[in-house]
This record gives sequence, structure tokens and C-alpha cells, in this order.
Amino acid sequence: MRFSDFVKTAAIKVDVAATTKEEVIRELVQSLVQAGELKAGELENIVQAVMKREELGSTGIGRGIAVPHTKHPSVTELVGTVGISQTGVDFQSLDGEKVQLFFMLISPPDRPRDHLRALENISKQLQDSTFCRFLKQSRSATDIQQVLEEADNNQFVS
Amino acid sequence: MSGQIHSATVTIVNPQGLHMRPAYLFAETAARFNSRIELVKDDLRIDGKSVLSILTLGAAQGSTVQLVGTGPDASDAIASLVSLVESGFPGETEPVLKNGTGEHHDDP
Repeated sequence: MRFSDFVKTAAIKVDVAATTKEEVIRELVQSLVQAGELKAGELENIVQAVMKREELGSTGIGRGIAVPHTKHPSVTELVGTVGISQTGVDFQSLDGEKVQLFFMLISPPDRPRDHLRALENISKQLQDSTFCRFLKQSRSATDIQQVLEEADNNQFVS
Repeated sequence: MSGQIHSATVTIVNPQGLHMRPAYLFAETAARFNSRIELVKDDLRIDGKSVLSILTLGAAQGSTVQLVGTGPDASDAIASLVSLVESGFPGETEPVLKNGTGEHHDDP
């Protein structure tokens, strides 16, 4: 699976303003709502579902990266976005580091394979430090889109 | 690390595959042992104590993975990990909120 298959470019945020876990999640879900990818009436419910998942264990996987996610019946295909926080947010990550880079995924409950393929793609690319650095240094949604496109074309990982 | 080498091949049985939550449970269990733990799938050989590395396998339900432990407690480590994978990662299910109700149910 490629980033272009699930990252909704209109919802990419390079200037995440939130400073707490719940606020970041709400900001990213809101961004997907504004991009027309999620229904406005589901916003609060989706935020709570993502928070509920975080209670099972933080999706902050270390190296300043988190993948907040949930399954939700209101989507029919995998919907994702990317957020960058310049200051970093405490996300109770495994390594205790603040998170700067967020990949949010909302997936239909009956499509576990798509979710797995998205995680596989994200984790493979994130192992490349150049990819991570380029993303964290991005200052516009266009920059991010370009880095993701390069990743889709296997320019970071062979 | 010197020591014994133990390995076993297991099939992923849980419907969701090795997604993030099972990857955590696996890495957490692996980390309790001193031995080096590796997972081998197709041409990938990765560190079984790293969540990020485990996710790169994209191991779906029905796929087979080889577990390799190297070290003084490799035998116990592999036995624990095999039993974890074969049990389908109890408690790995993630909540799904139903529309508007705030209730959640466990995945099949």
C-alpha cells in the first residue's frame, strides 16, 4: 500500500497547534472533517474512539513518531492524514520522547488487512532516518506531499 | 550474545494480524528475556523486541513467521512467544465505538 492510497492531502497539517494528546487527536480529526473525509457529526465520537485506543497503550512508537488510530463504522475506506508539531507533544511514548510526527488512521472495522498494509508501509518508511528528517523539516503540506510521493516511488527504502 | 539457539515456526491466527497492539505485546514479552529474539518472514529478518520492526512484516492472519531466539534463556523465550502468538494475543482487541452510544464491543 502506498501513502497516496490513504493520506488525504487536503487534511495534512504542518502546524499542529495542540499541546496535549487529546487536542492533537481532535485537531487531526477536525482537519479530516474539514477536508470532507469524515462526517462532522462523527467528530467527537471518532476522537473518543482514538483516545480509547490510546488507553490500551500509547501509539507513540518512539523516535518522535505516533500513529493514533481507530476503526470506525462511519468510514468505508481507510482515511489517513499527517500532522507535524514543531514543538512536540507529550504522547506517553515508549521512549518518553515528545512526538513531532503524527500519522492518523481511521479504518473501516471490516478491513483489517488495509490497516495492516498501511502500518507496514508507514513503519518501513519510518526506519529510514532521511525520510523522518525530511518530514519533520517540512513547512508546508506541499513539502509533505512531495516527501510521501518520493517514498511511494521507493526513493528512501529499496 | 553467545548461547543456545532455539527456533519455531508459527502461524498468525488472530484475524487482525500483527498490527500495532499485538506487535507491542510481542515486543514486551520478548523484552523480558535476555536472549536476542528475531522474527523471520520471507526475506525479512527483524528485531523481535522492536514494535516498529515487527510492523514492517505486515504479517496478516494465516501467514507464517519463524521465531529465532539466541541466548541463555532462548528456550523459555521461544516457548512463551509461540504460546502468545498461537493464543491469538488475548486482550489484543481494540475497541470500536458504536455510533453515538459510547458503547464498545470486542472484535471477533
